[in-house]
Amino acid sequence: MNRVKYICSTTLRMLLLVAAVSVLSFVLVSASPVDPLTAYVGAESTMSQEAKAEIAEHWGLNDPPVQRFLTWAGNTLHGDLGTSITYNLPVGTVIFSRVWYSLALILAAWVLSGLLGFLAGIAAALYKGRLLDKGIKTFCLVLQSAPVFWFGLLMLTVFSVLLGWFPLGQAAPVDKLAEDVTLGDRLYHMVLPAITLSILGISKITLYTRQKLIEIMNSDYFLFAKARGESTKQLILRHGLRNISLPAITLQFASFSELFGGIALAETVFSYPGLGSAITAAALSGDAPLLIGIAMFSAIFVFVGNFIANVLYSIVDPRLKEGGYRA
Amino acid sequence: MINDKKVQPLLEVEGLTVSFSRYDRGWNKTDLEVIHSLDVTVNAGEILAVVGSSGSGKSLLAHCILGILPGNAKVSGEMAYKGKPLTEKRQKKLRGHEIAFIPQSVDFLDPLMKVGAQVKGVRGTDEKMREAFQRYGLDEKTAELYPFQLSGGMARRILISTAVMEEPELIVADEPTPGLDLAMAMETLNHFRELADKGCGVLLITHDIDLALNIADRIAVFYGGTTVEICPAADFKAGKDALRHPYSKAFLDALPQNDFKPISGTQPYAGRLPKGCLFADRCPRRTAECGGEILMRDVRGGKVRCVHGD
Repeated sequence: MNRVKYICSTTLRMLLLVAAVSVLSFVLVSASPVDPLTAYVGAESTMSQEAKAEIAEHWGLNDPPVQRFLTWAGNTLHGDLGTSITYNLPVGTVIFSRVWYSLALILAAWVLSGLLGFLAGIAAALYKGRLLDKGIKTFCLVLQSAPVFWFGLLMLTVFSVLLGWFPLGQAAPVDKLAEDVTLGDRLYHMVLPAITLSILGISKITLYTRQKLIEIMNSDYFLFAKARGESTKQLILRHGLRNISLPAITLQFASFSELFGGIALAETVFSYPGLGSAITAAALSGDAPLLIGIAMFSAIFVFVGNFIANVLYSIVDPRLKEGGYRA
Repeated sequence: MINDKKVQPLLEVEGLTVSFSRYDRGWNKTDLEVIHSLDVTVNAGEILAVVGSSGSGKSLLAHCILGILPGNAKVSGEMAYKGKPLTEKRQKKLRGHEIAFIPQSVDFLDPLMKVGAQVKGVRGTDEKMREAFQRYGLDEKTAELYPFQLSGGMARRILISTAVMEEPELIVADEPTPGLDLAMAMETLNHFRELADKGCGVLLITHDIDLALNIADRIAVFYGGTTVEICPAADFKAGKDALRHPYSKAFLDALPQNDFKPISGTQPYAGRLPKGCLFADRCPRRTAECGGEILMRDVRGGKVRCVHGD
């Protein structure tokens, strides 16, 4: 019973969130100084005034904002998210064709930052105060203060231009037909953007894991286990990992939002055809339907990330299990 | 039960000093001496009860014997186990195995690990665990619980169970009885007696002095981080006239079952120790001699750190 109630209330909250996000993004895009028509036809277009007026009429740009929003909302409830004026395709199609690139990128960066961060954090805690710890800490602080786009440009400069190890952006070789593109090609093209994106989360998870493990290593239960003859390895494996995995899991799932924010920059720098570059394009051309569509998608994505963290938490932590599913 | 023959003590601690380095104001690093010139011996087959007020260094002694003091602790003095120096390397080898530790509270259990797995530790077996559970009146299902689900008494018995997974020769128990009802506490202490009768040495840190008197062979009284008196348990039972140190007498008087009579003043703070006798400022028998260095003296089959003790 408890579970049904939890699922219902969670779903309701998600729907409310999506509604709020759509209203907010519509207000923002309406208030933006970008004129979708000028963005579409170009500032120095030779198109006649009448033709422009016709397009504006066709897009419904002359209607009052509230009416435009209601029309959009009505269509959305029927499954039609509208047409993107940037790509001249239905929003659903645009999102669907690009979402896989972004998800693959996010997943790769997520796993990379999670694993590396976790391991680096443990190493730093074990060698607390020594050279390795200081090195890791410094590296994290540098990464944490580096903007994603700058780091992306740096990666491109070093690894694509100077060393020539990796391609200059895109998700597949430009000279290959779509059907000839292999999985290897895709992975090869994903390396730099994924690393760039992973720096968003890696420092945080490293520093957090380090801090938490140091706390645990000073705890009474760690001391007692040591007094019972457990070796350092056993201590870390039996008590350290168990106790740091909880906060690490939460932190890692909560980082979904940052990763989604990060792809807007990372994909743009690497001309990577995912949702991030699409939302940048949509914002620059006042493409309200696409912008709102992606915003709603990202809201659901982040919501699901937090939801997974909550559920996992209650599974991993026996102290929460008794209290049922509480978010 | 006192052994009159001169035997090799199981554990010998002599002139033990423990200090913590810490940062004072700004970058000033100071050493805070928390245990000084502490002497204690535990023989095989005997229970030494360590008593003294909070902050007298009892738990630290336990942690020091096990080698689990924090990194900023500095230890000097002699510690020997079975006649050989108890070095860090030996501590690592012996702890959990020959030297067992029973900690103070449930906080010493991993909050996310089932207690059964914790009782077993890395070397225990299911069989041993069941045996211990039966011995301490714990249901077998207790093994499936997490520490937060234990009652105070259960937690206490779990902690004690951890010590008997192997065949320890020295047990260091840091207050094993609080949280237990009288019957259970007495039973627990009797288990220590049993272990001691089988040849195990027990260092029992306790506040339940009246209970401990029933099973202990000798009593060590701590004050301000040092031993002020070590005497046969019988002397404590006989009353304060049988004791040697003025603090031991005052300690006995202050117990609820006796006069419940406090003395004025407080135990000196570790950072501000007086020269000479640590108890001098509260002592009714203070003289000029108390300001000098006070050594342990043998008096009437016990030891006392007092120039007047008789």
